[in-house]
Amino acid sequence: MKTRYTFGGDEHVYVEMDDEMSLDAFFKSLSMSNAVREANIEGVTEICPANASFQVRFDPDVIDPDDIMSRIKELEHRAESAEKRLNTRIVEVPVYYQDPWTHETLMRFRERHQDPNGTDLEYAARINGYDSVEAFIEAHHSQPWFVSMVGFVAGLPFLYQLVEREKQIEVPKYLRPRTDTPKLTVGYGGCFSCTYSVRGAGGYQMFGVTPMPIYDPAQKVSYLKDFMVFFKPGDIVKWKPIDRAEYDAIVKAVEDGTYEPRIAEVEFDLDEFNADMPGYNAKLLEALNDA
Amino acid sequence: MTLKIVNPGLATSIQDLGRPGYFHLGIPMGGAMDRFALRCANMLVGNDEGAACLEAVFMGPQIEFTKDATVAVTGASLPTKVDGEVQEPWSSFVVKAGQTLSFDFLQAGARIYIAVSGGITTPAALGSRSTYPIGALGGVEGRAVQAGDELPTGGATGPGAGRTVPEALRRMPGSPAKLRVLPGLYWHRLTDAAGAGFFEDEWTVAPEADRMGYRFKGGRPLEFVEREQPFGAGADPSNIVDGCYSYGSIQVPGGTEPIVLHRDAVSGGGYFTLGAVISADMDLIGQLQPHTPVKFEKTDMAGALAARRSRKEMLEKIRQELV
Repeated sequence: MKTRYTFGGDEHVYVEMDDEMSLDAFFKSLSMSNAVREANIEGVTEICPANASFQVRFDPDVIDPDDIMSRIKELEHRAESAEKRLNTRIVEVPVYYQDPWTHETLMRFRERHQDPNGTDLEYAARINGYDSVEAFIEAHHSQPWFVSMVGFVAGLPFLYQLVEREKQIEVPKYLRPRTDTPKLTVGYGGCFSCTYSVRGAGGYQMFGVTPMPIYDPAQKVSYLKDFMVFFKPGDIVKWKPIDRAEYDAIVKAVEDGTYEPRIAEVEFDLDEFNADMPGYNAKLLEALNDA
Repeated sequence: MTLKIVNPGLATSIQDLGRPGYFHLGIPMGGAMDRFALRCANMLVGNDEGAACLEAVFMGPQIEFTKDATVAVTGASLPTKVDGEVQEPWSSFVVKAGQTLSFDFLQAGARIYIAVSGGITTPAALGSRSTYPIGALGGVEGRAVQAGDELPTGGATGPGAGRTVPEALRRMPGSPAKLRVLPGLYWHRLTDAAGAGFFEDEWTVAPEADRMGYRFKGGRPLEFVEREQPFGAGADPSNIVDGCYSYGSIQVPGGTEPIVLHRDAVSGGGYFTLGAVISADMDLIGQLQPHTPVKFEKTDMAGALAARRSRKEMLEKIRQELV
């Protein structure tokens, strides 16, 4: 892992912990962005953690760019020695795979896709070596995911699957981004899954849709009354496949204000996870099932 | 109610200085594309510099006033009329209850700022009235203004007519527009020849140019330093492991058409960025029409800070003029 520091114009410091994705890079980035926050450096206006990098916005009228850069660099050793452990939560997110809405959309944008004659799922299953779309969907939802970044658009989580690298799914983004993506589409690009929080442009492959809103500026959704954005980095997600009937039932429950996502408080310890991934995931899922 | 929207124009939205603090959740700062022009418009009508104004792009709205107010229009050259009578740009004038504000055709620039004494007082969302349509925040019910909307204002009648920003202190891009860029971020992904070519070539503003970003075309495609793509980035050499995007940063998907990310930009993503337009020149981008020729000019941190100081001094002179 090699840390790289650079300026983004005269108002941002950009710190890339590593150019490839890993949970180690994520944890180092998160620890370091926390250290920057705790240091309360005058002139820092925003701190944005990402998957394997983070960005600090500063006001150059208050602090000299070279000074903020050296202050941040000084904090790197603290991130290295930080514990790679989080008190967090695991959330069950229902997914209606192969739904009619993302299907309609993906057919509309076929000429922008690597495989104009198939669907996104057929393509993703094939290039990842799965015999069937069903087996691929199974791989997508059977093991949990880690929210490694929130962003792109309001409240959109990027998720990284908690499995050995050789088991991770990788797919390219669309050749040219779509101008439309249904709200709450479950997408995939690079090694990341995501849920599109709002309708709009997008370049990720589309696998399905969730009935569970994750962004509500009006804050009418029962579990978004405290804050309009549901996810934060460090959350763990377990996709749960559902059919059309369950999808419709959850949509109605959300509208009625009676839907509550299944959530369990858990601790995530990177070293313990790395020592035994299947065992550790089994414990996480057990906590969720008991919730 | 003070402002009745008779005709909204093309994409007229309520904007102030934006809502910093939520970028880590994917909610951009937003706010006026040309913050300099917004500040000037507010100063002319006696508002706080960050009060909410209307930002109109390419085409002006038609607005009926139901209360007397001091009004000013800054930014692009778009002849402004009150009941058909032409008003001075970058100057305050009075609109009486029952009169209608309207506009002729655009002559130069892209965006105007219409300040009304007392400011527009629609509800704030996360600390700002700025319209962010994708996230349904600010504006009128999270959207741009529509015919029939009635916008409340602070109600003060303001300082009246005749205040003006001297012509030498009005800031608009030239032609070709010059945008100063601080190389950085993923600049190392470009070959030396591609990096030099980016600054040598003349680009033009592409039709896809909005509050999220401005796309440019016409320059040579960029070439990347060869490497094995890092895990998680995606196969294209322009792909990176998804990270944060700086405001003003220039991404080049596929190496073909640079996109400068602006006020409503996505907060992050998986395309490499070669550096960022300096903060002092961001306002100028909002005044570029499609097809405008543009040269990107390489600068360094000292140059960026000097430009920032010069812009601040200009604003300070205007403040003194308008005391």
